[in-house]
Amino acid sequence: MAGTALRGRLTWQVATVAALTRETASVCTIGLEPPDWPGHRAGQHLDVRLTAEDGYRAERSYSIASAPGEQLAITVERLDDGEVSPYLTEELQVGDELELRGPIGGYFVWDPGDGSPLTLLAGGSGIVPLRSILRYRVRTGSDVPARLLYSARTLPDVIYRDELGHHHDGVEVSYTLTRSQPPGWTGHTGRIDAGLLAGAAWPAAANPVAYVCGPTSFVETAAAGLVDLGYPPERVKTERFGATGGP
Amino acid sequence: MEPLDGNSIGGLLIDVFGAEMTGASGTCGTCGATGPVAGLVIYRQAPGTVARCRVCGAILMVFVKVRGMTCVDLTGMARLDQPGAA
Amino acid sequence: MSPISRGFRGRRRIPAGEAGRLPPGQYLTGGFPVLSAGPTPHTPLADWTFSITRSGATEGSWTWPEFQALPTENVTVDIHCVTRWSKFDTGWRGVSVDTLLDRVEHDGRYVMAFCDGGYTTNLPLDDVTGGKAWVAFDYDGQALAPEHGGPARLLVPHLYFWKSAKWVRSLDLRDRDEPGFWETYGYHMYGDPWREQRYAGD
Repeated sequence: MAGTALRGRLTWQVATVAALTRETASVCTIGLEPPDWPGHRAGQHLDVRLTAEDGYRAERSYSIASAPGEQLAITVERLDDGEVSPYLTEELQVGDELELRGPIGGYFVWDPGDGSPLTLLAGGSGIVPLRSILRYRVRTGSDVPARLLYSARTLPDVIYRDELGHHHDGVEVSYTLTRSQPPGWTGHTGRIDAGLLAGAAWPAAANPVAYVCGPTSFVETAAAGLVDLGYPPERVKTERFGATGGP
Repeated sequence: MEPLDGNSIGGLLIDVFGAEMTGASGTCGTCGATGPVAGLVIYRQAPGTVARCRVCGAILMVFVKVRGMTCVDLTGMARLDQPGAA
Repeated sequence: MSPISRGFRGRRRIPAGEAGRLPPGQYLTGGFPVLSAGPTPHTPLADWTFSITRSGATEGSWTWPEFQALPTENVTVDIHCVTRWSKFDTGWRGVSVDTLLDRVEHDGRYVMAFCDGGYTTNLPLDDVTGGKAWVAFDYDGQALAPEHGGPARLLVPHLYFWKSAKWVRSLDLRDRDEPGFWETYGYHMYGDPWREQRYAGD
């Protein structure tokens, strides 16, 4: 049973790193075992806190990649000039401790009781919370139809490629590669625009709900594009990760 | 570094308000724009956290942590409604 | 008690033999973090002016070409941000605030810096005179980047760096010390990093 919206204080707890999965050259999924996890809703995130030996601290937020009911996992993209992401994606080992608190978020969440068709727009690592939504949709046997449009720089940058490629039963997945494409590429190319959205998103008449996640510039363009297609603004939920794909 | 949106201060809002607030509806005291707190423009790198109206840029919320205690100024908001039951 | 994150060091450098240069509670950084409470203003140089005012009345004002024609100084200073970042040996070029004040009638014991974007910060007049403060427009040999306060920012390195107001446009001389933006929210009115004056009451 997924956790409901949190009331009262969030408390930090020390989780054990249970698994590490390299998704792409710069992206890693971290499986976690927290001692006291209350459950979460698809789309929520958690805060991670690192403490150095001299007491120096750094804190970051990461979207939860796992569906409610699965082992807790976050997916982290290594930012070149990052302070925390290089540590999480390259230094962290199975068995290490990771301090976290959560789940956090009540706006960018999806519950299977919502029967609206789903339009999911992902830019780069913005796919992470949407993957939680899709996994939860499968886990709960929901038959809500879903369309995912995933914008990435290159095919090797696509996270969860195999998993997303296996979707059927009402989930249509399309990709646009913005920087380079492999030979014989039959998907879309270039950044999201009105034409791409019109073909990939549910029409407004279907009364869909949209989740748009990724770098700020991607979200601004994509969300505005959906509104231009007739989506009521309150039916377009957004989560902006900042310039390079991670908070 | 680009600003983030109100989703990124979800934890801070729980600390301050004792409840999930990213779904709360806020109204800008300067331009009247209404929308979810999740949509506000957040500047976090400064000595404090500043939340601005996405439409007009006016400051709506300022959070400053002084000696471990978070102080919040909401005078830029005309209205802040708790989100409905989850 | 938070566990130590094995192997985590963060972005900071450990100063070798320079610990005495670091004020209490600070970490040394190799980068130059961008801290802001709002979007970066982009005032065209053709529209830019810098003014000295006295309780709001203009005493002196310079356009960008006029400002560039003033005598400038190159300074190398350590800077200390209240968010605990310090950076050693930063190089700036700018006009000393003494130079600006010498050209106007002035009195008053305090100044308030006003900036594009609405930011303000307060300082005692004594702390921006006597060779302690500049209006700087070059950093590290190049024009000051907008995200770091360009075209010009106040530079007052002996105080916490929130006093070195980015996008500065005027200094208003006044008789009373009134809190600027962060000071209003609880930051220290003076801000001496060596006495760790981060918050009001420190």
